[in-house]
Amino acid sequence: MILARVVGQVVSTMKRPQFAGATLLLVQPETPSGEARGATLLAIDSVGAGVSERVIVVLEGRAAGEALGRKLSPVDAAIVGIVDEVEVEAGQ
Amino acid sequence: MQIARVIGDVVATRKDPAFEGITLLLVQPLAADGQPVGRPLVAVDSVGAGVGEHVFFVRGKEASFPFHPVEVPADAGIVGIVDHWTIP
Repeated sequence: MILARVVGQVVSTMKRPQFAGATLLLVQPETPSGEARGATLLAIDSVGAGVSERVIVVLEGRAAGEALGRKLSPVDAAIVGIVDEVEVEAGQ
Repeated sequence: MQIARVIGDVVATRKDPAFEGITLLLVQPLAADGQPVGRPLVAVDSVGAGVGEHVFFVRGKEASFPFHPVEVPADAGIVGIVDHWTIP
């Protein structure tokens, strides 16, 4: 799983039926210290995250599908937690 | 998943038989600000997307799920057409 920041929301009418009712959020992966790192990703939200919140994102198909709760879901990323705080060892 | 723009279509006569009847599109992944990021890639389409449209696509084995039970040897698949996105 990775740390990321929710940066936006995507609206899609025409999509695979497994996405019905799911919230699609744009997330920017971050380093533990909060710097943006890498390409923006699109994740389904299973915890009620909102824009600007720091979240935990799972980047694996089966796990993301479980977050959606539907079989054979064509997903590869899901927000599975909202971060309250990250403590990093000094020097890391 | 990532958002992307469909920038072309790919025609292949000789291919794995599991691709029969499946549209292959060329997609350019985009950053949240709409700028291209990374290299274009070939994706299978299961939502009827067309050139010029904004879409989102899934990577990995899950790209083949819309074609179940056919096991399509694809690692990227368009699974939705984007109406719009907002970055407050």
